[in-house]
Formats: sequence, structure tokens, C-alpha cells
Amino acid sequence: MNSPADVLIEAEGLSRRYGDLLAVDGVSLRLLRGEVLGLLGPNGAGKSSTLQMLTGALAASTGSVRVAGHDLDTAPLAARAALGFLPEQPPVYRELKVDEYLAYCARLRRVPAANVTSAVLRAKARSGLDGVGHRLIGRLSKGFQQRVGIAQAIIHNPPVVILDEPTVGLDPIQQREIRGLIRELGREHGVILSTHILPEVQAVCDRVIILHQGRVVLDEALSDLAATTGGGLRLDCERPPAATVIERLPGVTAVACEGTSCRIATGPGFNTRSLLEAALAGDWGVLSLVPERRSLEELFVQLTCGEAA
Amino acid sequence: MIQTIAWREFRNLFLSPLAWVVLAVVQFILGYSFLIQMELILENQGELAALPDAPGITELVAQPLFAVAAIVMLMVAPMLTMRSIAEERRNGTLVLLLTAPVSLIEVVLGKFLGLVGLLSCMVLLTTLMPLSLGLGTELDYGLVGAGALALFLLLATFAAIGLFMSALTDQPTVAAVATYGALLFLWIIDWASQTEPGGVSGLFPYLSLIRHFEDLSRGLFSSADIAYFIIAITLFLLLTLWRLDAERLPG
Repeated sequence: MNSPADVLIEAEGLSRRYGDLLAVDGVSLRLLRGEVLGLLGPNGAGKSSTLQMLTGALAASTGSVRVAGHDLDTAPLAARAALGFLPEQPPVYRELKVDEYLAYCARLRRVPAANVTSAVLRAKARSGLDGVGHRLIGRLSKGFQQRVGIAQAIIHNPPVVILDEPTVGLDPIQQREIRGLIRELGREHGVILSTHILPEVQAVCDRVIILHQGRVVLDEALSDLAATTGGGLRLDCERPPAATVIERLPGVTAVACEGTSCRIATGPGFNTRSLLEAALAGDWGVLSLVPERRSLEELFVQLTCGEAA
Repeated sequence: MIQTIAWREFRNLFLSPLAWVVLAVVQFILGYSFLIQMELILENQGELAALPDAPGITELVAQPLFAVAAIVMLMVAPMLTMRSIAEERRNGTLVLLLTAPVSLIEVVLGKFLGLVGLLSCMVLLTTLMPLSLGLGTELDYGLVGAGALALFLLLATFAAIGLFMSALTDQPTVAAVATYGALLFLWIIDWASQTEPGGVSGLFPYLSLIRHFEDLSRGLFSSADIAYFIIAITLFLLLTLWRLDAERLPG
């Protein structure tokens, strides 16, 4: 049971209407301390709107949000003090130097005046900005500007950090560094990450929520996902047998054969050895036997394209 | 927090060449106007002294200068205020203020005070010119003070109107044009009263910026004039607040 201090965000029934368009429809989510939550969805699914509603940049048409125990509507200042937010476009003043900008952000977030300098140094160190403090933000590369955006989100050490597509536009090395940073942040804070890069979700997140047309279609921990979508084998042979032959083996729940390839769904009681012995006995000419896990990508496509036809 | 935002706004204005160029241009034009006025007076000194109840040097130099300053600043103020909120919206930095633990009131007041700070520099530079005459002659400091106060209140009103127009759009140039329109309208609304004295048009002279500015700069301290400026400033700041809040809310 999580103590109240561990539930960092509780959002219920969030929806947002833009004129006639219902961009977000009844989204509920919870974020715990020490958790990295991935918000996944095709473009237009309502990810950015949802994140903006969580931070108060956008007011929800219906629903409520509680951040670290403070209601965003009735105690907005306390709630926002517990948040760090990086929107899609980093909110940087291009004519300022990095140090100036981060000091301003620290003061805006009500970091006590005495701690501003150390907060800036720490945020720069964590975002990999050492050495560029005196440079104009407008002259930095996109990757560095993104890092400045991340630095401003963590400068006041908030319990919740919300990042909207933090690695978009970065080169692979920078992406790895940012993902490392996010994983590190996830240890002490709660992080919500929105992205449509699936490998990123698998590399960084503990839980994933998939949004489609403004609704939550999946909300599960990645470890649970691996368990439920796994459990299959693919057998390639030169002379594949009839499906029924494989089905008779203990523990096989379903078989689908296509050409030289057989996909075997397995349940409890299955052991690979009996399959291999049958293969040798029947002279199937085994080429390869590969365990198959239904990938997050397939799940994503299935959930989001199923309705769009 | 208002101070933090105001100071940042003030410094940001000076980071772009626009503020410097505007200050330089305004100073040049007003300096020229001041010189011409001084020239005229020096040439006609004898005749002026002969007039009964002759206007003093302050009335002859400071007042016209403040009047010219008001018109020149009406033309440049919209350019200084146009970027206030519109550019932040366009660059995506407005969200920084909206998601920080600061109230909208603090944001609006901070931005307003930052603008007023810049415009106060202009008032200061303008006032220094007639004040410099004090080195050689006796000035009516009360009159100079009244003129400076009138100019300050006028510019603060320009700032409030400009801030509101900037909050309406994400294109600074549109904000500038809208501000010009509003300011010019409030300036010339006075003309209506000249066509039809009394009746409905009693309202128009009251709404006119120029009417209140002139009275005040002449040294006529009327609470109605000061109230006008304060009401106008408050009105447009409230409108700005309302507009920024309305943006977050569902349509």
C-alpha cells in the first residue's frame, strides 16, 4: 500500500474540449514516486493536452488533478511548486545566457535566494551543461537547448518532472544521455514522459499508458506486459510437419503454420526438449527455433489502429 | 515575485537593440525640439519681457516640450510594448510563466512594471532637459514636476494598453498596430466635442487622453485627471489578466 506521500499525481476523468473537438476524453492516471511513466500515442492522441492539463498550463474541461496532495484548481501555487515541466518546445529565452536563464527560472520557482547559485550548478551538472553557462542560448545547438529545457524543469528539485518528447531532434548519443538522465531522475522523483519512440519507452519507463483518440487504451507496468505478451516460439524447418502433429505435444496451446515457419503458442507444461525430440524423430530439418515476445510495437499498432479503418 | 518578473522584463527590453534605438531617436527628436524652442525664446526675449504678465521660461520651454514628448512617445510606445506577451507566446516561453508557482496577477503586474521602468527612463531623459535650465535661471519646479508626472501617467497608460493588445495575439506587429489604433483613437476622441458642445459629447472630452494630459501638465492638479489615468491603467491590466486566464480555459 502506498503512503499518501508516494502518490505524486492523481488525475481523474480529465477531458478537454477545443470547440467541437474532444481532444482528451476521461483520462485517469496515477504516478508514484520512483516511477517513470511513459505516455505513448500516435500524433493527435491527446498526449500534449493531457500533460498540459497536469501542469495547469491548460484548464481541464472536466476532471481533477492532484499533485503531491495539492489540488491544481484550489491550490495552484502549491501544486505547481511541486512540478517541473518541459513542453514540446523548450521555453528558453534565446537572448539570455544559460546561467542567467537558469537563475531566473530558479527564482521563478521560488528557490530561496541563497540557494539559487548552487541550484543552477547542480541542474547544469545533471543536464550536462557544464562549460556552456556563459553562452547565449540562441547560439546553442538544438540538443543543448533541449538540455537547458530539462535543466529548468529540474532546477527546483521538484517531486514530479513532466517531459513532453524530451529526445526529439537529438542525435543518438544525446538521446542516450538524456535517457540516462531520465532513468536517474526516476529514482528519486516521479517522471512522466511523453513520446512516440517505442524503444525509448522500453528502455526508460516502468509503466506505460497508451492514448488513442483521447482515451486510455492501455495502462500497465512494462514488466507485466512482458509476461502477458510473451510465451511463444517460432520454428523454421525445411520439412515442416502438419500443425496437428505439433499440437499433440504437451503444453502447446495453439499452432499456426505458414510456409516453412510455425508459430507455437505455449502454456504451462511445455518443455522445449519434447519439441526437439519430436523434430529429430520426424526429421523435420530444423533450421531455427526462436522464442517470440509480442513486441510493444505490435501491441501499440494493434491498439491504435484497430479502430481507425 | 513581481519584482523578479519586472526586473527580468526590464532587462530583456534592453537586450534587444530596439529599446536603445528608440531611446536614442526619441532623445534626438526631443533635444531638437528643445533647442528650437530655446532659440525662439532667446530671439524674442526683449518682446516677451515687455508683455504684461509674461509667461515664465518654464511655461515657454518645459510645457511645449512635454507636449511634444507626449506625441512622440505615443508613436513609439506601441513598438516597445508589442513584444511583451505576443513574442513570449510565439516563442513558447509564456508557458514558463503559466506553469511556475506564480499567480497571473504577479505576471501581469511584473510585465507592466518592467515596461513602466523603460518608459520612466524616457520621462527622466525628457525632464532633465528643462531641469538643466535651472543652472542658469529660476525655474518653476512645480510646473516641471507636474509636466513630468503627467507624462509619466500618460506613458503608464500607454504601457497598460500596449500590454493588453500584446496579450491578444501572438504576432507582435499586430499588437503594435492595435495599440496605435487604440491610442490614436483615445487621443483624437476629443475632436468630437468640438463639433457639438454639451449633450452626449460631454463623455468624449472626458475619455480623451490629451485633455487630461494637458490639464495636468499645466499644473492643474485635478483628482479627476489623476483618477482617469489610474482607472484606465487598472482597466487595461484587468483586461489583460482576464485574457490570459481565458486562454487556458476551455472555449
